[in-house]
Amino acid sequence: MARRKLKRVDLIFSKDCSCRDILADALKKPREEIIRMLIESGLKGRGGAGFPTGAKWKMAAEEESNRKYVICNADEGEPGTFKDREILDRVSLKVLGGMALCSYVTGAREGFIYLRHEYRFLIPKLEKTLDVFHKWMDELDLDFRVSLFMGSGAYVCGEETSLIESMEGKRGEPRNKPPYPTSDGYLGKPTVVNNVETLVYTMMIMRIGAEEFRAMGVEGSSGSKLFSVSGDTPKAGIYEIEMGMTLEDFVKEFGDGDAKAVQVGGASGFCVPRKRFSETHIGYQGGLKGFSLPTGGSMMIFNSSRSMYNVLHNYLDFFEEESCGQCTPCRVGCQQLRKGIEAIKRGEKSHKYLNDLLRLSETMKLTAKCGLGQSVANSFASIVENFREEMIY
Amino acid sequence: MLRQDSAVKIAVEKHGKERKHLLPVLQEVKRAKNYLSRSDISDVAAEMGLSSAHVYGVASFYHFLDLEERGRNIIWVCKTISCYMKGANDILLALEEALKIRLGETTSDGKFTLLQTNCIGWCHKGPAMLINDQPYTDLTPEKVVEIIHEYNQ
Amino acid sequence: MSEKMIHLVIDGNKTSVPEGTTLLEAAKAENVKVPTLCHHEDLCIAGNCRVCVVEVDGWRVLPAACATPAMEGMVVYTNSPQVRRARKDILGLLVSEHSSQCTTCYRSTSCELQDLASEYNIDNEIYINLLKNEDYVVDRSSWAIEKDNSKCIRCQRCVRTCAELQKVNALDVIYKGADMKVTTFFDNPMSEVVCTTCGQCINRCPTGALTERRYIDEIWEAIGDPEKHVVVQTAPAVRVALGEMLGYEPGVRVTGKMAAALKHLGFDSVLDTDFAADLTIMEEAHELLDRLKRKLVDGEDIPIPMMTSCSPGWIKFIEHMYPDHLGHVSSCKSPQQMFGALAKTYYAKRIGVDPKNIVSVSVMPCSAKKFEANRREMNDSGHQDIDLVCTTRELGHMIRQAGIDFKKLKNSKFDKFMGDSTGAAVIFGATGGVMEAALRTAYEVVTGREVPFDGLNIAPVRGMEGVREAAVKLENVLPEWSFLEGVELRVAVAHGLTNASQVMEEIVIGDSPYHFIEIMACPSGCIGGGGQPIPTNAEIRQKRAEAIYTEDEKMKVRKSHENPEVIELYKDFLGKPLGEVSHHLLHTKYTRRERV
Ligand SMILES: Cc1cc2nc3c(=O)[nH]c(=O)nc-3n(C[C@H](O)[C@H](O)[C@H](O)COP(=O)(O)O)c2cc1C
Ligand code: SF4
Ligand code: SF4
Ligand code: SF4
Ligand code: SF4
Ligand code: FES
Ligand code: FES
Repeated sequence: MARRKLKRVDLIFSKDCSCRDILADALKKPREEIIRMLIESGLKGRGGAGFPTGAKWKMAAEEESNRKYVICNADEGEPGTFKDREILDRVSLKVLGGMALCSYVTGAREGFIYLRHEYRFLIPKLEKTLDVFHKWMDELDLDFRVSLFMGSGAYVCGEETSLIESMEGKRGEPRNKPPYPTSDGYLGKPTVVNNVETLVYTMMIMRIGAEEFRAMGVEGSSGSKLFSVSGDTPKAGIYEIEMGMTLEDFVKEFGDGDAKAVQVGGASGFCVPRKRFSETHIGYQGGLKGFSLPTGGSMMIFNSSRSMYNVLHNYLDFFEEESCGQCTPCRVGCQQLRKGIEAIKRGEKSHKYLNDLLRLSETMKLTAKCGLGQSVANSFASIVENFREEMIY
Repeated sequence: MLRQDSAVKIAVEKHGKERKHLLPVLQEVKRAKNYLSRSDISDVAAEMGLSSAHVYGVASFYHFLDLEERGRNIIWVCKTISCYMKGANDILLALEEALKIRLGETTSDGKFTLLQTNCIGWCHKGPAMLINDQPYTDLTPEKVVEIIHEYNQ
Repeated sequence: MSEKMIHLVIDGNKTSVPEGTTLLEAAKAENVKVPTLCHHEDLCIAGNCRVCVVEVDGWRVLPAACATPAMEGMVVYTNSPQVRRARKDILGLLVSEHSSQCTTCYRSTSCELQDLASEYNIDNEIYINLLKNEDYVVDRSSWAIEKDNSKCIRCQRCVRTCAELQKVNALDVIYKGADMKVTTFFDNPMSEVVCTTCGQCINRCPTGALTERRYIDEIWEAIGDPEKHVVVQTAPAVRVALGEMLGYEPGVRVTGKMAAALKHLGFDSVLDTDFAADLTIMEEAHELLDRLKRKLVDGEDIPIPMMTSCSPGWIKFIEHMYPDHLGHVSSCKSPQQMFGALAKTYYAKRIGVDPKNIVSVSVMPCSAKKFEANRREMNDSGHQDIDLVCTTRELGHMIRQAGIDFKKLKNSKFDKFMGDSTGAAVIFGATGGVMEAALRTAYEVVTGREVPFDGLNIAPVRGMEGVREAAVKLENVLPEWSFLEGVELRVAVAHGLTNASQVMEEIVIGDSPYHFIEIMACPSGCIGGGGQPIPTNAEIRQKRAEAIYTEDEKMKVRKSHENPEVIELYKDFLGKPLGEVSHHLLHTKYTRRERV
């Protein structure tokens, strides 16, 4: 299979462009043109779910409503992800630019940045940027205002419908879908929710054009993306890399020479053991042969000194606390998985009980109400199946 | 007549009385008083025309809307995977030692409360913690003692 | 308006449903029962229990049938291996956090979780018991509601009931993840929160987590005590619902069998709350006229509209929520309490029993009546006026327990005195009934003629609309009531406390157009009361209402002021409505309460 070397990219943090100019140019284009560019670029949401951004904006644009909203999802809570903080710290005008684009395309006049509580230290800086941005809006004659909405500590509020519930003054419990936010979002109005990074890329596509963006990455997973690298690596940090890299190349670049597994996509992602590194790509399903794993950017490396039981236990603790608790499979399932592996470890349950737990995790994947409960099985099954003996002994 | 705490009044005046203002109001009151007491919650409910049980339900959903009395400075040590791998437990022990309290407790002078939290977005520089809004990263047992010292000055 | 139709396949059968139909409804239309727990017809969709999952061709996940609209071309399987496995796992999870003590559970045999656990053969505990080390205490602080969180499956039906139907929000969801639970403000005891004790949450709770506080054993004890003379009264709505506990379809009237069963059970006097309902109408209609007179003639500052007071859940609601407006509520006690005050005074004397030895029991469609009976002020007879209150459900249990073959019982009649009633009293059980009964009497008092409605049936106040209104013009009045000549008496009826709030808000802003308002705490009135057989839904309540109106039609006397026993009571004991004895025994005061 065609091996692609890992290609560094410098779009997101590059300083060699003026946001204001990009925006001014874009606002001269017809709305349909911007949607077309986004669709052609192949840009998919960088928040994890990977929904095509152009299509999302198009849906919201087509809704008839006197009010629409744009929300920048800066609730970044996936363990091992810290890129949105860095973006907001260093290039927040690009994020706001993306929101302005979305406002222009969809007709939304109000926008929010839903910022997680843990990033409160960014508030003073962001408020200053907002002043600059609002001045631009006046100059560019775009009727659009953005304000900050602070989270209060709940991972599940990163899920777009629970984020909206939370903004409406409720418990952050995910809604039934459909309807989706693009038709029934904040206060029941059409709402676009996009990840911080996605919004920056919309601006970058305006700058470099859809073709150039699409030329990066691989079929089905175009462009580049920010990766948050942590764990057993001498080079922990944030890197912008083309989509489609193999884990083998990734580990060669970032590992400490002893990597036994990589967790792609944080606690809700997949754990890939060494033997699968070469056949595993980073990207959305369907583009390449072998395994394609999507990620919101979290890449965590474990070397051979790590107990995968402890890793899994840490994840399950996380989910048990962060589940909103409303639906049965997730609320009770998370507790059962955690207690179950403890019981096996202590010898209170036979190792065969792991099979029951695997089936349970599959049921959670199929029946949980939102992505949180559905994705617990990702890490659970991939760790248990690949490191079964570590679970038992 | 209902007794209304001024912190609640100020918060409601600043943010508004509509349902969508509930989180900002609770955040404001919590910042003014470091935690939300029963009467804060029922006052907010009365001011905003919501039920007390409901406001309690909303407040208890969110990790940082503390419902128990806290010290003036709240330390939140990250316990999630990357920090855990890099020795978050040693940091916790060092803090317990330095503050002479256990996890979940408040120092007798009311200066610090020691708590844990999930990933705070500094995984590449773990172990990490927040003291109030301020992140501290690349922690070592020695470094946290110094940090506590600074707050004690 | 032509409805757009959606075509889909359910378990191999092609079907079409109007756009917006859920998969659950679509399956039901195909006679397929998809299991549910968090779903309830009276409430908004939650989609949180997930037992209703189904398989849809091409879908990555199993959607919840209750929360997923039918979409064009869907191919749905409601009972595939994947679906069965998933449902079984989910039920296993629910059982693992549940205190499965069916042998000691009041809801056993009428529990939705138990039914499903049995249907899905949850016959061994696969999962770890999550309750083991927790010592739960059942909250029995309230006179009316018992809350056992160890049996709560967190379906939030009670939360939605209390918020959507009752606008009380006494119960809500707190914390998240593994700590998430359903409880009161800061987990306070039920007796210390805004709970109105209406019991609507009980009727919608699928399990034994919320039940009425039971007094069955105390009642047996009293019956068994030779020293005691046990008087029982039964409310109007009980006779049209009790059958559901004993093998009848909803809507069957079992008045005669009920009287027979009560005699079998050993009650010494089997009497009728309906008698007291007629009495209530006498007092209440006169209070209304008196208020109007004092307002219109004497220029006194008397709160109008007057509001009815026979629903104790409503009374507790207004005490908590609108304490500044208690003056609007009629001072009349509810029929239960009027009955109670008389049972230990006039009736005791009449049958020659020392009131000390009377145990006064009432069978009510209501849980709030348990609270009402225990209100401190309800002892004007010199004793606690009503000793024990049981619900329709409890009576059903007692009848079963006594081994009575209910269906085979011969009809019997209520004893005398205080066993006679009229059609006006019977309709108290349905929303609008008190209003209709009051109008039948008030109109006739003022004009000397029957109400100008076909067959005495005041149709505008009947029905299930949340708030209904009507107007009756008073013309050619008797000389005594000349100040009412030409007045259009405007009335409203509201049922369910959410609708009551709507009416109250008009009063708060001083914009209420009415003279008289009937409020019932429970949706559809007492026939949908918190002590009535479970399940309940709009269809069942409708059937009970029809039964009530049939009962009315069949009565010889249909106006309260023509109840011969009531006439005798006034002559013999009370004097006149609103007289001194009435004032002492039949009227009451209300208490301001806090809103937490
Ligand atoms: C449990 C959970 C947590 C999530 N957290 C985030 C988050 O922190 N940031 C984010 O952008 N998207 C998050 N998402 C995805 C959002 O629901 C949503 O898909 C995304 O914000 C859409 O933006 P995008 O299309 O630009 O990626 C989360 C989803 C789930 C199920
Ligand atoms: S899957 Fe988990 S987080 Fe999502 S709705 Fe269910 S309980 Fe809440
Ligand atoms: S609630 Fe249902 S399942 Fe639970 S103990 Fe009672 S009858 Fe059994
Ligand atoms: S009894 Fe009525 S008021 Fe009380 S919690 Fe239940 S529904 Fe709410
Ligand atoms: S108390 Fe009953 S209705 Fe309420 S959440 Fe629990 S099981 Fe459901
Ligand atoms: S794991 Fe500690 S900051 Fe992310
Ligand atoms: S009945 Fe459908 S999710 Fe509960």
